[in-house]
Amino acid sequence: MLLSIDTSAGSSVALTRVEGIPGAFESSSADTMKHAEVIGSLMESCLTELGASAADVTAVVAGVGPGPFTGLRVGLAAASAFAVGRGIPLLPVVSHDAIGFDALEEVDGPVIVVTDARRRELYWSIYDGWCSHGLPNRVAGPSLSRPEEVPVDFEGRALTRWDASEVSAGLLGIIAARRLAAGLEFEHFEPLYLRSPDVTMPGAPKRVNS
Amino acid sequence: MSESFNRENPLVLGIETSCDETGIGIVRGRQLLANVIASSMDEHARYGGVVPEVAARAHLEAMAPTIREAVARAGIALDDLDAVAVTSGPGLAGALMVGVGAAKALALSLDKPLYAVNHLVGHVGADVLGADGPLEYPTIALLVSGGHTSLLLVRDLTSDVEMLGETIDDAAGEAFDKVARVLGLPYPGGPQIDRVAVGGDPKAIRFPRGLSLPKDMDAHRYDFSFSGLKTAVARWVEVRKDAREEVPVADVAASFREAVVDVLVTKAVNACKDLGVPRLLLGGGVIANARLREVAIERTTSAGIELRIPEFSLCTDNGAMIAALASELIMDGAQPSSLSFGADSTLPATHIQVH
Ligand SMILES: [Zn+2]
Repeated sequence: MLLSIDTSAGSSVALTRVEGIPGAFESSSADTMKHAEVIGSLMESCLTELGASAADVTAVVAGVGPGPFTGLRVGLAAASAFAVGRGIPLLPVVSHDAIGFDALEEVDGPVIVVTDARRRELYWSIYDGWCSHGLPNRVAGPSLSRPEEVPVDFEGRALTRWDASEVSAGLLGIIAARRLAAGLEFEHFEPLYLRSPDVTMPGAPKRVNS
Repeated sequence: MSESFNRENPLVLGIETSCDETGIGIVRGRQLLANVIASSMDEHARYGGVVPEVAARAHLEAMAPTIREAVARAGIALDDLDAVAVTSGPGLAGALMVGVGAAKALALSLDKPLYAVNHLVGHVGADVLGADGPLEYPTIALLVSGGHTSLLLVRDLTSDVEMLGETIDDAAGEAFDKVARVLGLPYPGGPQIDRVAVGGDPKAIRFPRGLSLPKDMDAHRYDFSFSGLKTAVARWVEVRKDAREEVPVADVAASFREAVVDVLVTKAVNACKDLGVPRLLLGGGVIANARLREVAIERTTSAGIELRIPEFSLCTDNGAMIAALASELIMDGAQPSSLSFGADSTLPATHIQVH
């Protein structure tokens, strides 16, 4: 079984059976502030719903973003700790790929997936269709832009824009299962913050006497 | 949950991520098995202080390798654990959340109970791992680091802790960092101030003792303030420089350090005397300061107060103290925390465990 965790937008956890046994359970919270509070209960409810135990999990799928830092890290910390706890592989997947999967089931042709990056900026990725393994084919991104700079066409073709505020861990699980079945490599376990930390280099100490 | 849950001598793994140290500790009852710390201090050096986002990113990177290393050093298997413990607060919110997320998942992956505990009380809990024998109650605890400066009255480690006072502005460790910058010294400031203070006269300059005037002592008897002291040092140095006089760095450093140490020890000893508590426990990274230990020993000895200072590796932020506090809670029969607690950056010291 694959345990998938994504906190790049709200919090989403899914348990997906692999090897032909049907059945998956996904548990989500759209709250974009309470990742640390909900992550444990979401994981627990997936296990309980499928009558599974932690020992049934064979790999952990981690949505690596892009996403706002603080929330994104909660899911990644949980995914890596669960993998360490069971001594099982950690399979990083770009969170936008789950949205791209969703979008390509609805629209033909190239789509641009757009999510909120806060501070009046947007994360985006472009998908031009399905690859032969049934995976959304990402041809650009993930990137970070101001709203007016988000691309509207790709190689001369108009893009269908697909705004999303949630990422389905269940879809991340399906993507990971298809990658595993096709023997494809996974991403590096590296959070896609796409932004440097806010820091100001200290200047010379300020004057204190007037 | 595992039926073999051992409350007599529990094997506990503690996760601490409240500031810039990723600490994983493993204890069995009151016995320390592993205390592994991955610090992001070097990454903060060029910014002159802890940058919360940099610290949080470093916690995530360090989490899995630090857990693996602690388990290897303790010579245990994760499945042997009786419980997982984690700092819920106080501390930097984004940093705490990394530990909380990891701890919940680790506990679920192992099907073990989870205990969410208070960082400040954890500093006190570190003492049970030392060689000084059991902690006696009540005790006053002075906790001094770059993130906090607190004076606690501990009547019982697992059930009765009262916050007597804390800093109303900068933590003592921050004051060392800021004054080091004024003197052109690198971060972290504590060891640098100590280094250049050698040979300096601690009485050369009378810097102010924050919240120590009679008028402050009513409302802030056990509170601290270091922001005025930092400004006073900066002003003093600036006047010298404006007059093109040489700055006597050793004297400034020694006098500044004396002011910090004097206030810390005076207020702690006052608390012991006022409340009739003949025991003082020190904790936090600033305890590394030799002058602080020296003055604390001097004044507690003359006041007939028993002084306890845990080993330095247990004074800085670490996971062993979190595991130790949870272990005490378990031995006292405390129930595990629910899975729904969060990171609480301002968790009061009275909340020893978060449910
Ligand atoms: Zn601390």
